[in-house]
Amino acid sequence: MIAFLIAGLIGVWYCNKLYYPKTLFPMGAASAEGQNIDTMLWITIIVTGVVFFATQILLFWFAFKYQESDKRKPLYFTHSNKLELIWTGIPAIVLTVLVVFGLKYWFKFTSDAPKGSQVVEITGHQFGWEIRYPGRDGVLGRKNYKLTDPAKGNSLGVDWADEASHDDIHVPTTMHVVVNKPVKLVINSQDVIHDVGLPHFRMKMDAVPGTPTTMWFTPIYTTKEMKEKTGNPDFTYEIACDQLCGKGHFSMRGVIVVETQQEFDAYMASQKPEYYKAFPELDPDKIAAHDSTSKTVAQNIKK
Amino acid sequence: MNNEGITHEEPLVVHDLGHEAHVHHHKETFITKYVFSQDHKMISKQFLVTGIIWAVIGGLFSVIFRLQLGYPDSTFPFLQDILGHWGQGGKIDPEFYYALVTMHGTILVFFVLTAGLSGTFSNFLIPLQVGARDMASPFLNMLSYWFFFLSSIIMFSSLFLQTGPASGGWTIYPPLSALGDASDGAKAGMDFWLASIAMFIISVLLGGLNYVSTILNMRTKGMSMTRLPLTIWAFFFTAVLGVLSFPVLLSAVVLLLFDRHLGTSFYLSDIFINGKILPNEGGSPILFQHLFWFLGHPEVYIIALPAMGITSEVISVNSRKPIFGYMAMVGSFFAIATLSFMVWAHHMFVTGMNPFLGSFFVLLTLLIAVPSAIKVFNWLTTLWKGSIHFTPGMLFAIGFVSLFISGGLTGIWLGNSSLDIHLHDTYFVIAHFHLVMGVASMFGMFAGIYHWFPKMYGRYMNNTLSYIHFWLTIIGAYCIFWPMHYEGLAGMPRRYYDFSNWESFKMFGGLNEFISIVAIIVFAAQLLFIGNFFYSIFKGRKVTTKNPWGANTLEWTTPIRPGHGNWIGEIPEVHRWPYDYGKEEGRDFILQTEPVGEAEQGH
Repeated sequence: MIAFLIAGLIGVWYCNKLYYPKTLFPMGAASAEGQNIDTMLWITIIVTGVVFFATQILLFWFAFKYQESDKRKPLYFTHSNKLELIWTGIPAIVLTVLVVFGLKYWFKFTSDAPKGSQVVEITGHQFGWEIRYPGRDGVLGRKNYKLTDPAKGNSLGVDWADEASHDDIHVPTTMHVVVNKPVKLVINSQDVIHDVGLPHFRMKMDAVPGTPTTMWFTPIYTTKEMKEKTGNPDFTYEIACDQLCGKGHFSMRGVIVVETQQEFDAYMASQKPEYYKAFPELDPDKIAAHDSTSKTVAQNIKK
Repeated sequence: MNNEGITHEEPLVVHDLGHEAHVHHHKETFITKYVFSQDHKMISKQFLVTGIIWAVIGGLFSVIFRLQLGYPDSTFPFLQDILGHWGQGGKIDPEFYYALVTMHGTILVFFVLTAGLSGTFSNFLIPLQVGARDMASPFLNMLSYWFFFLSSIIMFSSLFLQTGPASGGWTIYPPLSALGDASDGAKAGMDFWLASIAMFIISVLLGGLNYVSTILNMRTKGMSMTRLPLTIWAFFFTAVLGVLSFPVLLSAVVLLLFDRHLGTSFYLSDIFINGKILPNEGGSPILFQHLFWFLGHPEVYIIALPAMGITSEVISVNSRKPIFGYMAMVGSFFAIATLSFMVWAHHMFVTGMNPFLGSFFVLLTLLIAVPSAIKVFNWLTTLWKGSIHFTPGMLFAIGFVSLFISGGLTGIWLGNSSLDIHLHDTYFVIAHFHLVMGVASMFGMFAGIYHWFPKMYGRYMNNTLSYIHFWLTIIGAYCIFWPMHYEGLAGMPRRYYDFSNWESFKMFGGLNEFISIVAIIVFAAQLLFIGNFFYSIFKGRKVTTKNPWGANTLEWTTPIRPGHGNWIGEIPEVHRWPYDYGKEEGRDFILQTEPVGEAEQGH
């Protein structure tokens, strides 16, 4: 028994030595909110750790010490209200502290995103992610799933009748966000339940068909900074689907690129709104190339 | 079975008559004795053996998918031989990988740890420990087993479907489980799953109602509720939980069937799949999760409570000490059972549920830690200053406590919604629930089997093999699940077929291989147990005394191989609680049937 206890404790230490560096904690969270979660995690680790070692050591030590023996008569000890009160009271108090901490952060994370947050829509489907940015007007165009028609360049079911949609930019898989600026994700699913899992930012939210969800966080390191921090030149922020969604679940990978405002603006400028992909004949650039006069016509149609 | 003392003046005569009638009643044939038996002891063995068969199948599935996880780049040609088109080229097909994961969960949760655990020990111990000749309704009890059998057959057949068994996870969240377009497993396999679980629910209800009514109505004279062994209290609360929560699962199942076949939209809305726009609007997949977890969470305790009850009994008997804090133990059972109905949404913190509502579930979830802590401290105090006999049953009971602590403490992490955001659906969750309800409850079950095997079969199991089984299993369980916490902290998601494309998760390849190797060793250790079990039924050392462990409870007052009806002659009367161990100088234990002495202090 004691042998098992000691071997167990050594095992715990060894395992920690081996794998702790591989968890995400040595390098800290990559979002401001994630840092709160890490703080809480440490508090919880300390509290449960103390209880874990105390009870496990007692368990195996008692089992060793009080082995059957002719010399000792077992103690007839049936109950003690005082003891029961102690070990009802103390856990209750400690847990209250954990609950208070937990809920404080919980309400912070689940409250509305701060004003001035960047808004990005992410839509899951079997098996990939679609990213949509609201464009210059800062408003995402209305969607109606019945309008979905990939053959006509409308794989997300955007309602073109809503003019807010005309400058929206749609790209697959990779999301660009700005460092140190809160970003609010509007999360959708087209088919089954998916989940936007962001381990580095310590964030996660389901994508539920029919019920858009949201989540926000503030990235604090650019992808470039993280490459240096981790010493891994291949480092990327990954979006992992965390809700079983079918046979391709494990391959449902997205990427987040965190960059500076200038880099982000340059990236956005290089993208073409989805509207013009669906209706190339209305694309002002192309029209300009053909006939400069029809530009105004196109703009009229757009209105 | 007439075992109620109808007249209090002359209970002796009545009981004798009851027994007389009983003897003439039964002309046992092979069919009535071993197949359509109404004897609770035989039904319990049927549950146990069926549970063992399922455990082997479920365990084998985990070994197969661990092969994939440990060796994602290797091929195993033998897989093609046994799995056919699902193991093409010696590699498991992803769709089938998910089917394996789903079946592993379903089998272990429902068929092994619910039917195999409650079905076996509630059936076996309730009449024996409360002092009854059989269940309140032996016939319904028999039906309970046969519905379980039918359910097993349906689930088993689904393994042979062309499109495979259900593959949407054991929680079968729609729309994945509702739409054949979403996955192969959501085709016929899902219908089989739903039909099987519907039969299973009937079985649980028949069994549960029987357990509750037997405990409430058929206790022998003098057996007040506070003189019940803790095993019975545990089975009682388990049965109540089952009876109240399984019907909700049935409703979820029925609505899902409607959505699948009748075009309703309970769980479906705004879906575009496989190039088709579905007409369903207005449903909510989250509704299903609420219904599912309204069963699903109590289900965790349906699995854990019997193991706790068995552990309490086994620890007390083998420490030669009364269980510490009997009333606190009963109280904490009650608290756990009640709270378990009010915490279900802690499985759903990241579904976008109302955060204000979520905060209540945080509070109530962490509250459950209090009665759980009480139990652990009481077990520890029971061991303290005892005289511990290390029978195999006792080892497994101590192992249960250790695993329950390890797995239970991480529940405090996961129940706190902010932390859950990061840990949800990662390997951390796998580690948590496997330790606390999977392996721990298996340990409770092993403790029960080793402890009551002499009563079940009149023989002992081989001790050396039992000790090997114990040490391999507990060391293996920790080696498998402890490191998974680290994977979970790194955000490694559950239910992934392959991690090698992920920059964030691929560094655990070596560890996954290690876990797979240990899993195979642990599986082999269980085969050792099964060998021991079946060998000992026929060839084990014979039990020569009525009460080999020196226990106080009523089952040890029956003949070594009790017949249908349990006691020859009158059912014994109970005069004291079941935990008078080491009470008087020179006496190790005092049976419940012994009257309280004049100078003696009643408990």
